[in-house]
Amino acid sequence: MTETSPRTDGTPLLEVRGITKRFGAVRALNGVDFRVMPGEVVGLVGDNGAGKSTLVKVISGIHPADEGEYLWEGRPQNVAAPQDAVDLGIATVYQDLALCDNLDVVANLFLGRESIHGGLLDEVAMERKANELLAELSVTTIQSVRGEVGAMSGGQRQSVAIARSLLGEPKMVILDEPTAALGVSQTEQVLRLVERLRDNGLGVIVISHNLADIFRVVDRIFVMRLGANGGEFDKKAATPEEVVGAITGASERKPEGAATR
Amino acid sequence: MSTTVTPSPADRDVSESPATGPRSLGGSGRELLNRLRSGDLGSLRVLVLLAIIWTIFQLQENRFLSSVNLVNLSLQITAVGLISVGVVLVLLLGEIDLSVGAVSGLCSAITAVLSVKHGWAPVPAILIGVAAGAAIGMFQGFISTKFGIPTFVVTLAGLLAWQGAQLKVLGNTGTVNLRPGLLTDLAGKFLSDAAGWIAAIICVAVYAAMAVVGRQRRVAAGLTAPPVVLLAVRIGAVAVAALLWVWIVNQDRGLPVAVLILIGFVAAFDFLTRRTVFGRHIYAVGGNAEAARRAGINVFGVRVIVFSLASSMAAVGGIMAASRLLAVNQSSGGSDLLLLAIAGPVIAGTSLFGGRGNVWSALLGALVIGSISNGMDLLGYSSPTKFMVTGAVLLGAVVLDSAARLGRQRTGRV
Repeated sequence: MTETSPRTDGTPLLEVRGITKRFGAVRALNGVDFRVMPGEVVGLVGDNGAGKSTLVKVISGIHPADEGEYLWEGRPQNVAAPQDAVDLGIATVYQDLALCDNLDVVANLFLGRESIHGGLLDEVAMERKANELLAELSVTTIQSVRGEVGAMSGGQRQSVAIARSLLGEPKMVILDEPTAALGVSQTEQVLRLVERLRDNGLGVIVISHNLADIFRVVDRIFVMRLGANGGEFDKKAATPEEVVGAITGASERKPEGAATR
Repeated sequence: MSTTVTPSPADRDVSESPATGPRSLGGSGRELLNRLRSGDLGSLRVLVLLAIIWTIFQLQENRFLSSVNLVNLSLQITAVGLISVGVVLVLLLGEIDLSVGAVSGLCSAITAVLSVKHGWAPVPAILIGVAAGAAIGMFQGFISTKFGIPTFVVTLAGLLAWQGAQLKVLGNTGTVNLRPGLLTDLAGKFLSDAAGWIAAIICVAVYAAMAVVGRQRRVAAGLTAPPVVLLAVRIGAVAVAALLWVWIVNQDRGLPVAVLILIGFVAAFDFLTRRTVFGRHIYAVGGNAEAARRAGINVFGVRVIVFSLASSMAAVGGIMAASRLLAVNQSSGGSDLLLLAIAGPVIAGTSLFGGRGNVWSALLGALVIGSISNGMDLLGYSSPTKFMVTGAVLLGAVVLDSAARLGRQRTGRV
């Protein structure tokens, strides 16, 4: 790396530079720079249509970028398909969670990568590993890993979805609106889980509309506005008013980082 | 890493023991009640229904539970039960196959014509018949998945087309009578008394061994295991049912081979759906196809294989029906066969909405429908009444299914 970020030392886990993405005549992303350090939680905020989802889709390989650099642990990568991002160690938990309500926690956690013993499902190994994983994440709200996921609360379902993303042993997790539609204690559960991911040295990107949640859990806030960088804030040095200003464009100022627009 | 989850003080949602704690009897009792209410215990519900039906008929006509009639009943349900096994797989995907009746007729016609008109040996003739079923199912599954057409429509087209093909295969005479041999033995042979006992004991032993070994593996791994009492009750119930049944049929002609075939297929497909990766994927696709796709499951392949298996089982059922009738004619696979084959599993708790149910519902559902039909025959009711009663039972079952689904939604379970 020739260039180090102003705030942190070392190589970013993920860095994208000058990302541009067009859908026909629409420029969804216009020269976006973004980075995540190992063990850092970055909040990605912005108004509807600001390009948050598009940026995440570029990072997770669903929509390859038209222009720009994609660096993973300092090395340039060509991420053209979701599997490329997965292979790098990026796990994405989408807002709809993609769980099968008719299956239990174990079956959902291991869906598509079932343990096999003698050609058959190894339920014992999977259940053991599921218990270990949930204990490691201090998820205590799930009473039985044999409970049907459809019978669970939003927070429990989110926990299952996040735990599932960790089975591939990723280095970075992207959470899309993890606290939307959750109650107070449920939100608390999920935010604690995010902290646990950071403690385990993972990079985390949290997309959220809820600034209270963002301020509660992230280290750095990255604002997107009209498909470009809208400002970047250290959580400790920023106020919610400043962030709202950057989101709406009311204040054209930002303490650090570059607004290229 | 310890497998015990320690609750932290900040958790307010913890109301019961964590995942790996020993399960109290009171807890499992409450769970049982909950599951009964939310309709998850479809099999238990249908056993109660069956007991009611049997009691009513037995009170009206004491020949109903005689050994002769129970053997007749078990023979009457084998063909539709075999077809239902395939229907269950399709229902688990949340799809429907309206062509199973026509496919059973066509494939049995193919087998009969090869065997009788072309002098083929029974085994190759049966294999070609079943293979034709597999190919038909593969075709229908492929077309509906590839072009995104509802399976309702594709298999409706199939129903018409395969019926036409059946008439064509049967030729001008329209009826092919089977020669005595393996084909007629399928439904016409009975085990000797001793062989019947041995078969029952083997079945119970296999079931008990699997249950005990499964429990031991869980205990060895430090996981929650069902209480020994519950395990003993389950094994005991299976043993009593199997031995009692063999004792009853041995008073008459003995254990029908057809019933062993039916139970064998049901057990095999139950194993496939619950113990293999492929089976897990069927449930996943039926529960949430998009989630399954994102988890890397080949949804297309699962659907094509399931439809192929369903049509293969339709062929097997058709051949069994032919063996019982000793012939294949133009109305084979027609009439109410399709409707009963779909109604059975639904009555026995397999959901029309996909993802919920099990293969045993094919057997139990066929037993319920067969009992109603058999009992009303004994009481001398005509077909109109039979159809209306069966229709009412089906409607009741579907209402229960939907009510259970609404109940799940009300308690936040989709």
